[in-house]
Amino acid sequence: MAHLSLATQVIQMLAGALLLISFAMLAERRSRRLLILLVWQGAVLVASTLLVASTAHLTHLFYSAALTLVLKVCVLPWILFRLMRKLGIERDNEPLVNLPTLMLVGLALVIFAFGLAQPVSALATTVLRDTLGIALAVILLSFLMILARRKAFTQVIGFLSLENGLFFAATSTTYGMPMVVELGMALDLLVAVFIFGIFFFHIREQFDSLDLDQLESLKED
Amino acid sequence: MGPVSATAYAWQLGECLLAIALAPLFAGWVGQCRAWLQNRSAPPLWQPYRVLRKLFHKDAALATHASWLFRLAPYAVFATMVVAAAIVPSVTTELPLARVADAIALVGVFATGRVFMSLAAMDVGTAFGSMGARREMMIGFLTEPALLMVLFSAFLAFGSTALPRVVEVVLRQPHIMLHPSLFFAAVAFVMVLLAENARLPVDNPTTHLELTMIHESMTLEYSGRHLALIEWAAWLKLFNYACIGFTLFMPWGIALHGAGPGLLALAIGALAAKLAVAGAALALLESVTAKLRLFRAPEFLTMAFLLAVLGLLVHLLLEV
Repeated sequence: MAHLSLATQVIQMLAGALLLISFAMLAERRSRRLLILLVWQGAVLVASTLLVASTAHLTHLFYSAALTLVLKVCVLPWILFRLMRKLGIERDNEPLVNLPTLMLVGLALVIFAFGLAQPVSALATTVLRDTLGIALAVILLSFLMILARRKAFTQVIGFLSLENGLFFAATSTTYGMPMVVELGMALDLLVAVFIFGIFFFHIREQFDSLDLDQLESLKED
Repeated sequence: MGPVSATAYAWQLGECLLAIALAPLFAGWVGQCRAWLQNRSAPPLWQPYRVLRKLFHKDAALATHASWLFRLAPYAVFATMVVAAAIVPSVTTELPLARVADAIALVGVFATGRVFMSLAAMDVGTAFGSMGARREMMIGFLTEPALLMVLFSAFLAFGSTALPRVVEVVLRQPHIMLHPSLFFAAVAFVMVLLAENARLPVDNPTTHLELTMIHESMTLEYSGRHLALIEWAAWLKLFNYACIGFTLFMPWGIALHGAGPGLLALAIGALAAKLAVAGAALALLESVTAKLRLFRAPEFLTMAFLLAVLGLLVHLLLEV
């Protein structure tokens, strides 16, 4: 611990912020604030990627940081904001069942992720190998969020947060993925959000709500 | 630390008196910031002192069924807060009394004050008093573990349970160390601070609606000098919590063991600056949050507890 450079310490701090934002997302009821938290998560991700890029002198990481900035901090949230306004769910208040239990499960997931990452990160050679545990925890927490939510819109936000976790895992263990893969993923995400948008309208047309519990009733009565 | 000298005791006494004198000013500053943020014309900074003078001049009225406990409680609560102020290093780490009690004992001191306050509120037997006392005990039961966890993660990072020692460790290390675990602990600590000091979103310090009161409903039966002491103790508690926060998360400026009067003056200036910023931040936080329903308060505090535990986990992952 004693010999870490300042940049590494700041990156660890940002990793901590990512985990904190994931927990805040798990507990947030309002769709609007959830989206703002997603923007913050993206911004933290950009900052940490930039720092990794400048400490490791990797040009391609600068590109992927710029891509993240454009896509995850500007374009996707903008699309989602517009969707939210069109669907009229800006002030939606989603009921969460038993928040303390959800948080405890989240905590158990964090412990699991940290334990799981320990042997893997021992093999990695980057300065940031310790943060793999946090990246895994962010991924698992996003999964938990998707499982616990009932509205389609918040599940999509959980999906995007999951992608943020994956991206962070890639930068922290192997200094990012090849540019081709990253560009492909970015395009996938963009297309996915467009398709989600269309789905939202379809779901609402069919069921008059974005509550996915209603998809379970198969018969029309 | 060297042998305890007479000067050390003088510093200790001076720090206690400073806390007692500054606490109403801090409360006044928070009130002023809140008024500005809500577009009201603000009361003067020394309004709390005026309140104290007014209350001390009035006669204390006692309920017919009030026992000795009711009369003792204001003094006991005030005394516990003064003891807490003696343990928390606000301007100097040269605190002989702090050697006797570490931060875990400090949590116990706060709990003692809470027990006296709640018993006194139940003593007269009014409905509001006992309702407030029960709510206060519920909040206390939830904040205490969270506060202990916050303190534990700070202790893991700095290797000591004594607050002056924490300050010395931080200020004497050669280069800046960022602790991600303390990031979590700081967020959890702010949540605990809000709940413990009857601030929004858990309780509203300026409320007049009895049904939502927690702290205020316990003081309804008090008047005169008793009420003055209770108010003063509440302000001291807020001041103490702010100083615990400074000690754990931004101790820069506190005069170390063996510092001269120049550094001490600097430490007082640093404390004033930190209090000004913290008070403004507290007022801002209170202005942008809505009060939680009482049954949401456990959720809020569970969150604080879990964040503090998360801080411990992050410490084990990143900092060992």
